[in-house]
Amino acid sequence: MAFITANWNPLGDTFYRSAELYEMFWSLRDGLGDSLVAAAPYGGPIALLREPLRRSPSTRPQLEIYSASGASIASFPWKSGPVVHLGWSVNDELLCVQEDGTVLIYDLFGSFKRHFSMGQEVVQSQVLEAKVFHSPYGTGVAIVTGSSRFTLATNIEDLKLRRLPEVPGLQGQPSCWAVLTQDRQTKVLVSSGPELYVLDNTSCTAVYPPGLSPQAGSIVHMSVSFSYKYLALFTETGRLWSGTSLPLQLPVCLLTFEPVYLSRCRRPRSQQPSVVLMWDRLLLVVGSCNDTIQFPLEDQSVLVGELDGVRIIGSISQELLQEVPLVCQDIFKIASMAPGALLLEAHREYEKSSQKADEYLREIKEQNVLGDAVRQCVEAAAHEYDPDTQKALMRAASFGKCFLTEFSPDQFVTTCRELRVLNAVRESSVGMPLTHTQFKQMTLQVLIDRLVYRQFYPLAIEVCRYLKIPDYQGVSRVLKHWASCKVQQKDLTDEAIARAVCAKVGDSPGVSYSDVAAKAYECGRPELAIKLLDFEARSGEQVPLLLKMKRSQLALSKAVESGDTDLVYTVVTYLKNEMNRGDFFMTLRNQPVALSLYRQFCKLQEPQTLKDLFNQDDDHQELGNFYVTSSYRDKRLEGRLAQLQSAVDEYNKAKNDFAAKATEEEMRLLRFQRKLDDEKGAGLLGLSLQVSVNTSDQSEMSLGPGCDWYWWLKLTSLAEKEQWEELEKFSKSKKSPIGYLAFVEVCMKNNNRHEAKKYVSKVTPEQKVKAHLAVGDLEGAADAAIERRNESEMGAVLSRCSASDRLLMDKLNRARVATAKK
Amino acid sequence: MAHSARRDSPELPDLSLLKRLVRDQLIYLLEQLPGKKDLFIDSDLMSPLDRIANVSTLKQHEVDKLYKVEHKPIVSISDQICFLIRPRIQTVKWICDVVNADKAAGKFRRYKIIFTPQKFYACEAVLEEQGVFGDVTTDEWAFYLLPLDEDIISLELPEFFRDNFLAGDQRWVRTAGSALHLLHSLFGPFSKVYGIGRCSKMTYESWREQVEQGEQKARHAEIGNVFLIDRDVDFVTPLCSQVVYEGLVDDIFRIKCGCVEFGPEVTSSDKSIKVMLNSQDKVFNEIRNEHFSNVFGFLSQKARNLQTAYDKRRGMDIQQMKTFVSEELKGLKQEHRLLSLHISASESIMKKKTKQDFQELLKTEHCLLEGFEIRECISFIEEHINRQVSMIESLRLLCLLSVTENGLLPKDFKSLKAQYLQSYGADHLLTFSNLRQLGLLVEQQPGETLTVMESKVGKLVNDRTAVKLTDAFSSLAKKSHFRALSKKLNLVPKSDEEYDLRVPRDMAYIFSGAYIPLSCKIIEQVLERDSWTGLEEVTRLINGHEFAVTGADPKSKSDAQRIILVMFLGGCTFSEISALRFLGKERGYKFIVVTTAITNSSRLLEALLDNNV
Repeated sequence: MAFITANWNPLGDTFYRSAELYEMFWSLRDGLGDSLVAAAPYGGPIALLREPLRRSPSTRPQLEIYSASGASIASFPWKSGPVVHLGWSVNDELLCVQEDGTVLIYDLFGSFKRHFSMGQEVVQSQVLEAKVFHSPYGTGVAIVTGSSRFTLATNIEDLKLRRLPEVPGLQGQPSCWAVLTQDRQTKVLVSSGPELYVLDNTSCTAVYPPGLSPQAGSIVHMSVSFSYKYLALFTETGRLWSGTSLPLQLPVCLLTFEPVYLSRCRRPRSQQPSVVLMWDRLLLVVGSCNDTIQFPLEDQSVLVGELDGVRIIGSISQELLQEVPLVCQDIFKIASMAPGALLLEAHREYEKSSQKADEYLREIKEQNVLGDAVRQCVEAAAHEYDPDTQKALMRAASFGKCFLTEFSPDQFVTTCRELRVLNAVRESSVGMPLTHTQFKQMTLQVLIDRLVYRQFYPLAIEVCRYLKIPDYQGVSRVLKHWASCKVQQKDLTDEAIARAVCAKVGDSPGVSYSDVAAKAYECGRPELAIKLLDFEARSGEQVPLLLKMKRSQLALSKAVESGDTDLVYTVVTYLKNEMNRGDFFMTLRNQPVALSLYRQFCKLQEPQTLKDLFNQDDDHQELGNFYVTSSYRDKRLEGRLAQLQSAVDEYNKAKNDFAAKATEEEMRLLRFQRKLDDEKGAGLLGLSLQVSVNTSDQSEMSLGPGCDWYWWLKLTSLAEKEQWEELEKFSKSKKSPIGYLAFVEVCMKNNNRHEAKKYVSKVTPEQKVKAHLAVGDLEGAADAAIERRNESEMGAVLSRCSASDRLLMDKLNRARVATAKK
Repeated sequence: MAHSARRDSPELPDLSLLKRLVRDQLIYLLEQLPGKKDLFIDSDLMSPLDRIANVSTLKQHEVDKLYKVEHKPIVSISDQICFLIRPRIQTVKWICDVVNADKAAGKFRRYKIIFTPQKFYACEAVLEEQGVFGDVTTDEWAFYLLPLDEDIISLELPEFFRDNFLAGDQRWVRTAGSALHLLHSLFGPFSKVYGIGRCSKMTYESWREQVEQGEQKARHAEIGNVFLIDRDVDFVTPLCSQVVYEGLVDDIFRIKCGCVEFGPEVTSSDKSIKVMLNSQDKVFNEIRNEHFSNVFGFLSQKARNLQTAYDKRRGMDIQQMKTFVSEELKGLKQEHRLLSLHISASESIMKKKTKQDFQELLKTEHCLLEGFEIRECISFIEEHINRQVSMIESLRLLCLLSVTENGLLPKDFKSLKAQYLQSYGADHLLTFSNLRQLGLLVEQQPGETLTVMESKVGKLVNDRTAVKLTDAFSSLAKKSHFRALSKKLNLVPKSDEEYDLRVPRDMAYIFSGAYIPLSCKIIEQVLERDSWTGLEEVTRLINGHEFAVTGADPKSKSDAQRIILVMFLGGCTFSEISALRFLGKERGYKFIVVTTAITNSSRLLEALLDNNV
């Protein structure tokens, strides 16, 4: 760590450094020559296709996928057509653009996902060149065809092909071109000889880079910076032009070279872009001040533009070339007096137990910049790649922190955590050489996603736990991916997978078993899907998938289980349309909840279906009820009677004699009422028997034998009309089934004590006392009570006696005593 | 009340919060349809709505005219129509007709349907079927709970009872669960939940599911315990005549949404008056839980007090008079008005009740509850039917007989039903079928030894003895569940002791000391034991689904632990509420009653009639 500045190279007033990231795991026999190479930015994977244009079917080219550290992830022979270009999508998918315009998409592990075409006409004209680019909309593909036309797709997830306008005078392949995204628009910059054009959706505009003289010749290379902000052009006469991309502004640099590859390097905070040029064995960094740095290259390499540097991938090793971040420059520059540098020094002395530590500290404190010093150290640590340097800086920061009160530890703590995570993913076994700046740009969520894509599930979970991400966004999300991946493992039995998934996932919040099951179903494992669905706690979630899988019976019972009637109803309607009627009814029959729900619905919407439903079940009782109900809807008597007759039949089948008989009587009554209505217009139809008799005064209507009510009716109506003689005749017509006490009471109610008394003698012995009392005959009541030797009755009479009935009371009391003695 | 009440009763949480929440939501929904609009309201939502937002509030939010949903073509001229309805298929169908009629007439309007408390898929399916799905916008007004009083909350869903218990349609279970969830999120977390009944169990599960899906917030609990109970656990109680003042008023005048309309016979003028009956009414608050026999005494005492208060005026000088007029007089006048109203209401009740031999009726009910002199009771019921006293009352007695006796003897079953049909119309055949399905009016299972014996005995001896024998047998043979329960839980106090209704000693006072309501007794027992242990026999007889779940850990023995939310699924009666209030006073609890609707015997049975087609 002492020689941190050893690999620093000055360029103008700044420094560049190149640090080795990995010794590559791979062993490439032929180096990187003669291969298509694509490496994803942000430390992404590398794809390699050897001899892409070899067409002989006997020796197919091999497509290999490696991690950034060169560890093999997948390798398979390329069986499709010749590939023009390889590229990575933002989701770590490999896009292979074929000559015929077909784009094949593979995942990280080399399994084919899908494909799309860049248009029919391409098949004829062939793709000459293609580029995969990233925009705010996602990943896009641009091609140029043999007929010199450009076609764009800005987002492969939502494919919309755009054919760009023709470039005037362009024949065959353009000398060079680039895609850039600005102001939400994707444009193509293309050079045709010395001319430079900008192509957008509708137009083709010529542009002239200011300061680039026409004598410079045609442009042979161009490169756009990572953020599409800067552009570098290289002409055949070896001049380099560099400026802001669109609109073309003042050149930053003009140089003469012949590079093989051109890439841009940009520091986040410096205003000075620089250009990296690569020849076979030489790398040149060009700044704005006509200064250059030269790096010799040992073998053929590939440049990958990153946000804050360039990765140089060679067949042996991989390096990162970047501008030294300002804060690191401040601290490590030789003889720097920045607060951070002093603090680092102070800490170093402190470790050596030297008193100089105090001097340094004092110096910082006098300038009152200890806080800045700590911040600098922390920040610098974040940008350092070597763990020892990180440690030294963090220790120094922590040391400085001790002398500060009221200093928020947040930055320190976060950086510590992030560094640990970064160090873990930079590990060559994982192979994601992310810088801190890149990490911040791509966010933790994306990092976790990428770990998940790479199937580093344990690491991803560790990271989530370590950074204390809420389960919902962290661990659960990882588990969800893991489970979806697990169900695709063909070598395991359904049982084993279900068990494994359940054991791991348990009931973590946010992992939906139904989603996992849906995945299993997609992979053609319905049995496994059902097993997984069993773990789903919310039965409501199971239903849609079950329906999709045509397990309608199961779906129905799950819907019922969920207690959500809306869901049940959804399934019922689905079944109703899917099944034939018989099966549908049979299914409902096994699910009483669904059945009653459907019945409720039918009652209001489809009464006929309801009838069919009962018919199917041979539910004669309900069928009878159904006919009775519908009989009331029928306004015509004939219809009504017919309905009732059906009801009677059904009741008979249901062995409900009572209901059958009652309905028959109702029918007879209806007919009779009709007759009377016709004869006298009495308006009886629909009234109850008793009411009919009452209103029409027709005793002949008393149809049945249960005539208690008839007696009551006659009794009260006669009494109310004060037809006492009639009443007496009536009382003698037959033995009263309601007894004679009723006669007494009704007479009394109509204030005729005289008539009431007539019936007292007829009352049964048990009710005698009551009857006497009712007419107010205390003596009679007393006699009756005494005769019956009933103590409580005597008491009842006594309670009615007033003081004037002395004699009677004595008599009763005596009798009471006498009864009590016995 | 002269109860030995515990003084340390906890404070009830402020339920008016519920009102404010739904009012705000309704206003928000109305604003979603900017501009003038006509509002059509389901008739049974009128009164509840009135308690939430009055007409002027609605007018403020650009409601132009208010109409009742009458299932007829509409006359509105507004070009924006808002429907505020319960999620019922008939109503939605009517709306479809309205929309289609407009379309046919080439009239263009904007329609918005606000379903309360939620919309059902079936309703949307109807909209789709009728081809108006695209023409209307739908919304939900989560108006689950209406606080009727400081301790009564109603879901105002009378159809819950029929739909759930008779039709087996569980669509409302989720609604009940959501209502519970709302209470939980406002006044929870609950530390313990007890319940009995199938529907309770499902409601509990639906609530749990919603709790798990939502976010948990640690807050200070205001309601500690919850008790869920199904109406079909106890049918006996709502079938009894109510004799507590509030219950009686409900039985006779029908309290609607906490409000009663006293007709001319009470107001002694030609107008009727609407009166809010709640704890704000001081006079009512003191008599609502009293047995009716005490009400007159109390009212006259009150009248005397009032007179004394008025009389104070006599010896006053000008200054005192001034303060009296400004401070006391208004209150006194108000009280005076209410007092006279309640006195005339009581008189009216007295008149009605004595006319129908109320005492006889009560005696019969008590006999049924005690299982005593059943033959006489049956004759009474027969007479009741034959004299056509009241269709509902007769039915009520029949059901009470069947429920307490665990079914009727086949002979009685047939003859009583036949007489009923002749008196009240054959269409009640369907009513009987419903009652049978619910187990409210059933035949004792034939094939039991009893019937065979009875018929043999019947041939041997004369009628009267046979009847007595049958009675004896029926008490010997398979004991009805109610009888067993009554014995087990001591529901019927011994009749030989005098019961002083002025100083009640248990909840039986609400039925003149003849019967402790089963539902309330179960609640009392479970709370006392803090679990169902020891009640296994009882739950078996009820055919239970009982459960007790400990939820959030009660951190302290706070007051909230003594506030108990009782949720009746399928309705509860005012008598039960009175009984719980009494229990609360005795034990130092406070009960908050949540019910799907306030019910009584008539509403219960009317819901089961099937002749309304």
